[in-house]
Amino acid sequence: MAGISVLRRQSIDVPLLVIALLLTGFGIAMVFSAGQIDSPTPIIENAWKRQLGWFGAALMATWIISRGSVRLIEWSAWPLYALSCTLLLLVLFVGTGAGTAASVKGWLSIGGVRIGQPAELAKLATTLMLARVLAAQRESIRSLMDLWRPLLVVGVPWLLVMAQPDLGTGIVFIGICFAMLFWAGVPWPLLLLLASPGISLVLAFSTGIWGAWFLILVALVLWYRPYLLEGVVIVLMNVIMGGVAPILWDKLKPYQQKRLLVFLDPNVDPQASGYHVTQSKVAIGSGGLFGKGFTLGSQKRLKFLPERHTDFIFSVVGEELGFIGVSIALSLFLALFLRTTRVASRANDAFPSLVAFGLVSAWFVHVMVNVGMTLNLMPVTGIPLPFFSYGGSFLLVSWTAVAVLLRISAEGRGQPDAIGL
Amino acid sequence: MSYHPNAILRRARLARVLLFASFVALGGAFFRAQVLQNAEYVLQSENNRLREVPLPGARGTIYDRHGEVIAENLPGYSVSILSPTEDSLRSALTTLSKVIQIDSAQQELAVRRFRRARTRPAVIFNDASFQVVSVLEERRVEFPGLIIQSSPKRYYPDGAAMAALIGYTGEIAEDDLSKPKYESYKAGQQVGKTGLELQYEAQLRGKEGRRFVEVDARNRVVRDAGVRPEEQPEAPPALRTNIDLDLQRFAHEYFGDSLRGAVVALDPKTGGVLSLYSAPSYDINKFIGGVSSSFYESLRVDPHRPLVNRALSGTYAPASTWKLATAIIGMELGLVTMETRMQTPCTGGYYYGRVFKCWDKRGHGDVTLAQAIAKSCDVYFYQLGLKIGLTRLLAGGVSLGFRDSTGVDLPNERTPRWPESTAYFDKRYGARGWNRSVVLSLAIGQADNAQTPLSMARFYSAMATDGMAPTPQVVMRDPERKQILNLDKAQLASIQLALADVVSRGTAAGAQIQGLTIAGKTGTAQVNGQLDNAWFVGYAPANDPKIVVAIIIEEGLHGSTAARAATKMMERYLKTRLTMTAIVND
Repeated sequence: MAGISVLRRQSIDVPLLVIALLLTGFGIAMVFSAGQIDSPTPIIENAWKRQLGWFGAALMATWIISRGSVRLIEWSAWPLYALSCTLLLLVLFVGTGAGTAASVKGWLSIGGVRIGQPAELAKLATTLMLARVLAAQRESIRSLMDLWRPLLVVGVPWLLVMAQPDLGTGIVFIGICFAMLFWAGVPWPLLLLLASPGISLVLAFSTGIWGAWFLILVALVLWYRPYLLEGVVIVLMNVIMGGVAPILWDKLKPYQQKRLLVFLDPNVDPQASGYHVTQSKVAIGSGGLFGKGFTLGSQKRLKFLPERHTDFIFSVVGEELGFIGVSIALSLFLALFLRTTRVASRANDAFPSLVAFGLVSAWFVHVMVNVGMTLNLMPVTGIPLPFFSYGGSFLLVSWTAVAVLLRISAEGRGQPDAIGL
Repeated sequence: MSYHPNAILRRARLARVLLFASFVALGGAFFRAQVLQNAEYVLQSENNRLREVPLPGARGTIYDRHGEVIAENLPGYSVSILSPTEDSLRSALTTLSKVIQIDSAQQELAVRRFRRARTRPAVIFNDASFQVVSVLEERRVEFPGLIIQSSPKRYYPDGAAMAALIGYTGEIAEDDLSKPKYESYKAGQQVGKTGLELQYEAQLRGKEGRRFVEVDARNRVVRDAGVRPEEQPEAPPALRTNIDLDLQRFAHEYFGDSLRGAVVALDPKTGGVLSLYSAPSYDINKFIGGVSSSFYESLRVDPHRPLVNRALSGTYAPASTWKLATAIIGMELGLVTMETRMQTPCTGGYYYGRVFKCWDKRGHGDVTLAQAIAKSCDVYFYQLGLKIGLTRLLAGGVSLGFRDSTGVDLPNERTPRWPESTAYFDKRYGARGWNRSVVLSLAIGQADNAQTPLSMARFYSAMATDGMAPTPQVVMRDPERKQILNLDKAQLASIQLALADVVSRGTAAGAQIQGLTIAGKTGTAQVNGQLDNAWFVGYAPANDPKIVVAIIIEEGLHGSTAARAATKMMERYLKTRLTMTAIVND
């Protein structure tokens, strides 16, 4: 080992690597189990082998990236960002759909072979680019106008993703954006003002609730006292959002409307979108404390559970390994996030610190939305579970993120941390 | 922008708190679903995966009085299909019809069965032939959801002789499912439709078993055995009847295909129904597993109405067989004895506003009541009727039970017609539309009097014994008897003697059986637009009655014809009586 790695042995963040390896191992085991169904097709049955292959490739990439330097990563932010935006643009014209998102043009394929989702790369590239922009911004941020650069960086890929339309990935971009602004020290009232049009949009479906929110917003504007123009624009934006919400609602595709309605009440559409969620809940709930046993889940085996090896893979965990298995998986994710937060807080510079926290937030949104979806705590948006869901490009990007974190951790300050994981 | 270590640590702390809180919330949600609500989700998951396949229970065997089988179960097969939707059922039926014969009516029936119980397999054939089953078994993989299983099928060894008595079984009708009586029944189950099968449904019905198959999300059967322990069906205890199968066969042979009518044979002391036959009959085995519509239609439109059970739903003018009732009413009122003669001897007719004829134009002369019974003299009974008077005759008929159904343990017994009082005539013909001369017709068993063979058999049972009428019972149980004759022993004995004279030297003399004393009465009933119906009701042996037979032959012309058939039946029964084997009904 010593001859291979130029890194000093103790500079490898072993806990981080071990957690990521455990999660991936767990994930591949679940992909294997997801293939164990009555009358399986070879494609599904052998998915775990392909996932294992991707994992091998990911480890190679990790090894290469972790031998680079944070400076190199910082430098690569621009080209990566440009590339991913180009690919996102390209995918709008030549993209294909797949899985739960069959109607979303998210895949690039060459000669009929799907080679990946540019959106996955875009998450990483946008995180890097946003970190660069925020790290370069030295004056403290007092108004929304000061945020135009970071918002532009996130806005371009976000609009391209929403044009696919991939609602799930759009949510991830918003999560990354707010988390990194928070990490960069943007005051919370400003974040709230920034988020307020979106909040208005969501609350507009109930006039009463929206009215209450609007009063709170006005009070916030009066208390925080942003620039007059800015305050007026914010208030106007909220009024407009409250007004256009129904129009926007009509703009959504029927299946997206269904998904949102199903989230509110799965019985709206028990035969289609509601069916997915209902069956997922049945799978998880029937798993009980210890589960039905690895590969033995009846909901999975008999195909009651949809998208078993992709979006709803966590339902398989719940059904076959029970609450114990779910707790272990969630604990591993929590450990990963805490460890990564520690990496972010101990980075020796603003850029790596922001990158690390951006990656945490991206993963966090993925886990919350995906796992929440399996219990109908979140709408079904079709976003995958890191390290678990079957998919090459996503695993590759996740491990690239791990590699970047290992690099940042290796170059981080050796100061003691409050959490001591 | 502040990236001071302390500021960063503050944000990190806040981030950790949010992380912890989110995961605790998520964990809590999983705890609630997996631990607290586990039971309800387990149930849902089992309901997803398991489909109940009913295992039909065999119906109870029915035996005759000697332990011969009347109704049993043979091994059979039912074919059904589990489908997620009506469309997939229809396409499965289309595919199936390329391999086996399924007509469109059967397909529609299967679809209707599916609609009634979507999670149960929709039955295509209740009674599939072995050939169909072997063809399907061979190509089973082509039909996911196909369920072939043994399903005991009803079989009646003497099906053609048993229609009036045993009835048949069939799939429960949609309308019946909502009735409280059938609340424990599910669509597709077999149920008694008529006769004994209907009457004793509760005792004959087998307990349905269950087995489970595992289906996938598309409702295809993926595992057929060992999914969950089976619950075996249970057959109920056998039903032991009073029927004498040999006698029933005899009746069937006697009537053959050409005669119409009915015969009832009772044990006069217990009311046990030895035989009950209605002609024309039909083979009830043809109803098993679903009657073909063409066969049913042919029965329905047959002008001879084979679907009517003449023995208990057919009402006929009892004619001279009813003269005994007139005699008994007269004796009970103290108006006559067996030696009493009437004022006017019989000269072939009697004038009462117009001429009322006697059946024998030559006349019977001056006869006693005993002779009048033996010769069946109408003129004597016209006068006896007048002597009794209309009101008392009507009341007497009521107390003898001619307005009551017998209470036999079979469905659809028709209540005989007998006027309760003169109000009946006012209502039916108007106050001026009738006159008192109706009593003459009533006295000889004509006019507004319509009795079933069963009610006549019951009345004769009372005369044959001690004046008590038994309730006819097909299934063996404790006899029920009711006193209907208010005569002393001597009066009863004189009646029995007069009845014996009918066969020994009266109208039924041609029906005598060597070595057997038989008592009874013939009757010839006029029917508008038809030839006369022939009646005979009697019993044997005359001194110790063991069998009462009431027989009517439609358009049989004369009672003596019926008498010959009846006495042959008596002979058959008395000569072939076997000792009873001990099967007791629960």
